[in-house]
Amino acid sequence: MSGETVFKIQNLNTFYGAKQILKKVNLDIPPKAVTALMGPSGCGKSTLIRCLNRMNDLVLNFRYEGDIIYKGTDLYASSVDVTELRREIGMVFQKPNPFPKSIFENIAYGLRIQGVKDRDYLSGVVEESLKRGALWEEVKERLNDSALALSGGQQQRLCIARALAVKPEVILFDEPCSALDPMATAKIEELILELKKNYTIAIVTHNTAQAARVSDFTAFLYMGDLIEFEPTGKMFTAPKDSRTEAYLTGKFG
Amino acid sequence: MKLDGSIKFQEKLIERLLFLCSLLSVFTTFGIIWVLLSESIGFFQKVSIVEFLTDTEWTPLFTNKHFGILPLLSGTFLTTVIAILVAVPFGLASAVYLSEYASAKARNIIKPLMEILAAIPTVVYGYFALLFVTPLLKMVIPSISGFSALSAGFVMGVMIIPMVSSLSEDAMHAVPSGLKEGAYALGSHKLQVAFRIVFPAALSGITAAVILAISRAIGETMIVAIAAGQQPTLTANPLVPVMTITAYIVQVSLGDTPHGTIEYKTIFVCGLSLFLLTFILNVISYKLRKHFQEVYD
Repeated sequence: MSGETVFKIQNLNTFYGAKQILKKVNLDIPPKAVTALMGPSGCGKSTLIRCLNRMNDLVLNFRYEGDIIYKGTDLYASSVDVTELRREIGMVFQKPNPFPKSIFENIAYGLRIQGVKDRDYLSGVVEESLKRGALWEEVKERLNDSALALSGGQQQRLCIARALAVKPEVILFDEPCSALDPMATAKIEELILELKKNYTIAIVTHNTAQAARVSDFTAFLYMGDLIEFEPTGKMFTAPKDSRTEAYLTGKFG
Repeated sequence: MKLDGSIKFQEKLIERLLFLCSLLSVFTTFGIIWVLLSESIGFFQKVSIVEFLTDTEWTPLFTNKHFGILPLLSGTFLTTVIAILVAVPFGLASAVYLSEYASAKARNIIKPLMEILAAIPTVVYGYFALLFVTPLLKMVIPSISGFSALSAGFVMGVMIIPMVSSLSEDAMHAVPSGLKEGAYALGSHKLQVAFRIVFPAALSGITAAVILAISRAIGETMIVAIAAGQQPTLTANPLVPVMTITAYIVQVSLGDTPHGTIEYKTIFVCGLSLFLLTFILNVISYKLRKHFQEVYD
């Protein structure tokens, strides 16, 4: 692993109500690389990624134990401004969720809520973000059209561009391709590989082939336990644990 | 497997009976429209539509008869506007609170409490306006009359707050949670999510709720009949007595106007005007709600 660890997750237990989801998870997420959180449905991978930008705060009965250190500070410390934090740690969701606004306003939203009004500046950011999101060429003629008119794959790239517009350092992908067809999936994966040059990326997936294609490191979770965490190449060629091997060879999940 | 002949017959019979039941309300509606139209035609044979729509006096019960609907329309309009000015801010604020801020516990207490407001008979609201709100307003505005559009409109507004709130809250609740998550993930505060994402996304549903509330206020009878007064004057002053279309219908229906006279026919022409107004508003509201559903399917 190169450079300083971005997220240091230590002895993390999480609960929804009385139900424990994650059990004593320890994991270090490295910078400017893609870390895949892989496992079957219900293994806790989505819960884990949603701890990293504190989206779980919105869940009523959520409770956690342990520590998540983000760039040296406690992510859950009371002094942390969670809205500030979420600007730095962007997120792309399972189902594309463009706002019912124009393409332009979708991208500009993150800046507008920070009080940015300068139209020229906004236009610049919108163009740059759409280019980085590999969507500019397809939409540059119709920025004022509704984002809801875009295809599923385009909507997902719009959501990525929207996250990029607020200049994050980390981008979390929560199964970003599960609602997309193979062509659109390929485009998103290509984009993720491009983005890792500048951003730290974590991606949740239940798809082993996707983890193999896009990630540098893979964490395999099973029923709330982190079974193993290795460089992707190593895990896929020589899994240490029999459960990892069974999952990778398609015996379950 | 073949169905037994008698069971088949029973099934058919039940189907027919249910069909007839559903026809009953359709026939009633058409019956009402027919009566309204036929009596109104009789009215318009004696009074021209131009006079009806432009005359500024409404005095069918006097010897010097005038048949201008404008004073009644202005009374209706005035009380409705006041009601909406009260109901929309309070209704929307409570809808935003209930949908975005309230805990499940608070919501389960407040929502039923607000719905109780809707269960109070309107005649009670009417006396509440006349005997409680009007004296209260008199302390602030000494020039207000004993009967006024302000007092009636205000209480009517309070009455329709639950309607605005409940229907708007339904619309806001229907906004997919993915949209809110997306907004939070970009660093939005709660207020920003409520007003920049949820509110605009639910706007057509909210508009439909407000239009339905307007329609309800236009058709409201008891409160205005009791508290707004019985004087058809063409005015925009909320402090003096006015008469709404509904209040006029009550006045004439309660009196001893003989059948077939022109005074008698005015009830139906007023009823028709009222029906047209609320019908148009309800259609607009329905279309908006349908549009809202299409966006999120």
